[in-house]
This record gives sequence, structure tokens and C-alpha cells, in this order.
Amino acid sequence: MEDMNTTQHTSQQYNHELEEARSKLMAMGGLVEAQVSNAIKALLERDSTLGEKVAYSDHEINAMEVFLDEHCAEIIARRQPAASDLRLLITIIKVITDLERIGDEAEKIGRYAVEMGESSTSNELHHSLRHLSQHVKIMLHDTLDSLARMDVKQSMQVVDNDRQVDAEFDSISRQLITHMMEDPRNIKDSLNVTWCARSMERIGDHCKNICEYVIYLVKGKDVRHTNLEKVREEILGTD
Amino acid sequence: MTEATIDMTTTAVLKANTATSGGREEFAHTISGTIGKPYLDGKDAKFFCRGVNVFYAGEKQAIFDVNMDIGRNEVISMIGPSGCGKSTFLRCLNRMNDTIAGCRVTGDIKLDGEDIHDKEQDPVLLRARVGMVFQKPNPFPKSIYDNVAYGPRLHGLASNRAELDDIVEQSLTKAGLFKEVKDRLQAPGTGLSGGQQQRLCIARTIAVSPEVILMDEPTSALDPIATATIEELIDELRASFTICIVTHSMQQAARISQRTAYFHMGYLVELNDTKTVFTNPQHQLTENYITGRFG
Repeated sequence: MEDMNTTQHTSQQYNHELEEARSKLMAMGGLVEAQVSNAIKALLERDSTLGEKVAYSDHEINAMEVFLDEHCAEIIARRQPAASDLRLLITIIKVITDLERIGDEAEKIGRYAVEMGESSTSNELHHSLRHLSQHVKIMLHDTLDSLARMDVKQSMQVVDNDRQVDAEFDSISRQLITHMMEDPRNIKDSLNVTWCARSMERIGDHCKNICEYVIYLVKGKDVRHTNLEKVREEILGTD
Repeated sequence: MTEATIDMTTTAVLKANTATSGGREEFAHTISGTIGKPYLDGKDAKFFCRGVNVFYAGEKQAIFDVNMDIGRNEVISMIGPSGCGKSTFLRCLNRMNDTIAGCRVTGDIKLDGEDIHDKEQDPVLLRARVGMVFQKPNPFPKSIYDNVAYGPRLHGLASNRAELDDIVEQSLTKAGLFKEVKDRLQAPGTGLSGGQQQRLCIARTIAVSPEVILMDEPTSALDPIATATIEELIDELRASFTICIVTHSMQQAARISQRTAYFHMGYLVELNDTKTVFTNPQHQLTENYITGRFG
């Protein structure tokens, strides 16, 4: 039966519409990744100009979110998608919300980069952010990669990594509290660093959400709010 | 957007473009038995079908080894491309295939535990228990009243005129037609609109108190409003009957049925809860058909 491996719709137009949604989604992901990476660079290198640029570029991401929302709604209205097509559109609608919020966090980090670039935050404080920010950058990259390749195993890995990001955030918080208790003059800077760390931790959470949608897209199973070990058993056990 | 910002994920996009539907690798790609839940474990089935094969004249096989249960008071829809055998299978359930010269049905089909192919089984009585509604409304060239009264008269279900009147009114009411025709019961049934004619045919089927109603594309000749009326009716009828519906409209199957069976080239490929079939089908063929990927 040669028609068993058909991956194209009978309607070419429908193919194009879904393909456009998918490539726009990845383009939006690329834009968000660039924003996050610039925001972190601005922060770590105390580059106010770059920070400012990040803070004022968020509207591009917002526009893409609006476009994709409309595009998906139109496909649903016109094509009544089912099965994997339906899951793809639902996933896109959900993922862009998280991507947009990652964009918002990048914007916040950009603003703090401007503020902190002008103050004289201690190198020690800055250094504490370096590791977390690298971790979050890799996590976002892996998230977009697993989204593009619909890779369930990689998605599971990202979901798992979020726990490490959370742990790192907790450790930075403790470090900052000590720092603030040592000298109250540190409080302002320490708070700024806390907000940045908080934004990074939130980016990790959004990455985790996106990866959960990828698992839903591929496996048709909703794994949100479930124990990670149970998910692994259910998802990878069926492979 | 600049080239540089997209560049980062260009390779990713290319990979996505070549990925198969849903990116799923563990799809079943061959037909070996039926995927999903064809049997109603623990629950007693209205119809019990095992190893059903249908051959047409010249030994051309139309149905291959179909195994499934049909539950009580459920709406089960059968979908699949043209010539997949869904209508042929439907017609097995009340032995309508007996009327086709050279058609042979093998295997076990039991209605409430009774073998429908048993020598003692009278096909006319079987068809009273398992009624059928066709694609094209086919009222008899008689009055509305006589159309509905025909079956009860044939089977002697009413002992006097008052009882017959009662059956006719009840049936028309259940079919959602009574209000529209109560003042012209003696008018010819063929004078009704298409949707009304189809509901008249449903009333005619209901009049002999069947247990199961088979519907072969009951709304494909109707406009969307008449279709919606019939679909609403099907949902109400489910309380009293088991309904098997063959439909070309996947949206219709999704709207009205509890379970959906997907047929392909004479095989029952997948049978599962309608929700599962339309959101997360387990067989590649079902996925392809549901998402419109058959060329």
C-alpha cells in the first residue's frame, strides 16, 4: 500500500497554511532566543546600549504572537483540523504565549542591564548570574531545537533541567540574602540581581511549559502537572 | 526581522519541514488486526461480531475478518474512504446483503447473543429489530400517516385504529416531525421537504420499535440546517436505541458518535472512543484519513 506514508494533505493550500504557521513559530522562537541572548550579554558585559536595544525590541515578538494567533484561528475556522494537525495548532497557540512571556522577561533583563550598567554592582554579584544565565540560554536553545525536531527525549531532558535552574536560583537567593545582611548598602544592587535571577528562572519555567506542549504534540498526552518520573515511565516506556 | 535573527534556527526549520505528521515514529504502518478498543470488556454488547468476511460474486472479498462489539445505546460511526467496506459491513448487521445476488457473509454476528444467521432467524423480523435509514429519503408514495403506519400494520403491532394512531403520533414525535405535519397527516409523504422526508423515514423506522437503527449516510442529501436537526434527533434517539451510522462527513462522526470505526480497503483498522480517534489516532492510516492526507 503505497499511500500509507502520505505526509502531505490532499489540499496543497492547507499544507502551505500549516507550514507557514510552523515556520513563523520557529522564526518567533529565533527572535526570542536572540532577545534573551542579547539581554544576558548586555547584563554580563554591562552594555547599557545593548540593554536599551533589547528593551525596545520586544514589540516585534508581540506582533508575531498576534499574527500567529490570528493565523491559527483562521486555519481552525476554515479547515476544521483533526488529530496531529489539531494538536499542532493547539501547541502553536500555547507555545507562542510562553515565547511572548520569555520575550517579556528578556525585556526586563534588558532594563536591569541599563540600570545596573550605570551603577557599580560588585563583580561577585555579577558573577553569580553568569552560571545561571548560561544554563537558561542552553535550556532555551534546547527547547527550540526539540520543538523544531519534535523530539520527545530532548523535551523530557529540558523538563528535567528546569529543576536544576530552580535550585540554582534558590542558591543565588541565599547568597544575596547573606550579602544584604553583611552590609545594608548592598540591598539596592542585590535586589536588582535578584530580579534578574528571577527573570531567568521564569524563562526556565516557560521552556519547561513549551517542552510539555511538544510532548503533547507528538504523543497526544498531556503531561502538565504530573510527576516527572511517572511521565518518563509513561512516555519513554511506550517507545 | 533581520537575517541574523532567523539564522539561528534555520536548520531547525528545515528539519521541521521534513518531519512527518506529528513527528511520531511508533505509528502502526501495517494492518494487523484492529487497533484501539474494538471490544467492550465487561459490558454486554448489543452486537457481537467476530471474524466477519463478505464476498461478492466472483469471490471478490469486500470485508476481511472484522471483529468488533457494538454497545447498547451508543452511537457508533463508521468512516473511511469510498469502497472501504463500511456500508457493506453495515448491511451485514440486518442481513441486507442477503438481497444482493452472489453476496456471501461468513463469521459470527450475534444480536443480544442470538446468531442472526441462524436457520430459525426470519430476516424480515430481524430487520424490524434492526431498522435502516438510507442516504436518499425514500418515503413510500403514500400519505404521511400511511408511511409510518405501514410497518406496524405489516407486523400487526396495533389491534385497532386508536392504537395505530397512537403509534404514528409517537413515532412522528420521536422523529421531531409531528408538530410540522400534524395538520396534514393525509398529505403525500413525497410532498415534504428533503429534511422532513428523511425524518419521516426515521419515524417509519422507529414505528416498529426496533432495537438498533442503521443509518447509511442519512444526511448527505440534506442542507446544514436539516442535517443539524437530524443530528440532534440522533442524540435524543440514543436513549432508546443503538445507532450505527455510516458517514462521509468526519465532522459529523466527531459531533454525534461515542465511538468511531475506521475502515480501509475492507479492514477495520481502528476502533476507539471518538475523542481519541479525532485527537490522537493510533494508526497512520486513520491519521492520514482524518487529517485529509489521502490523495
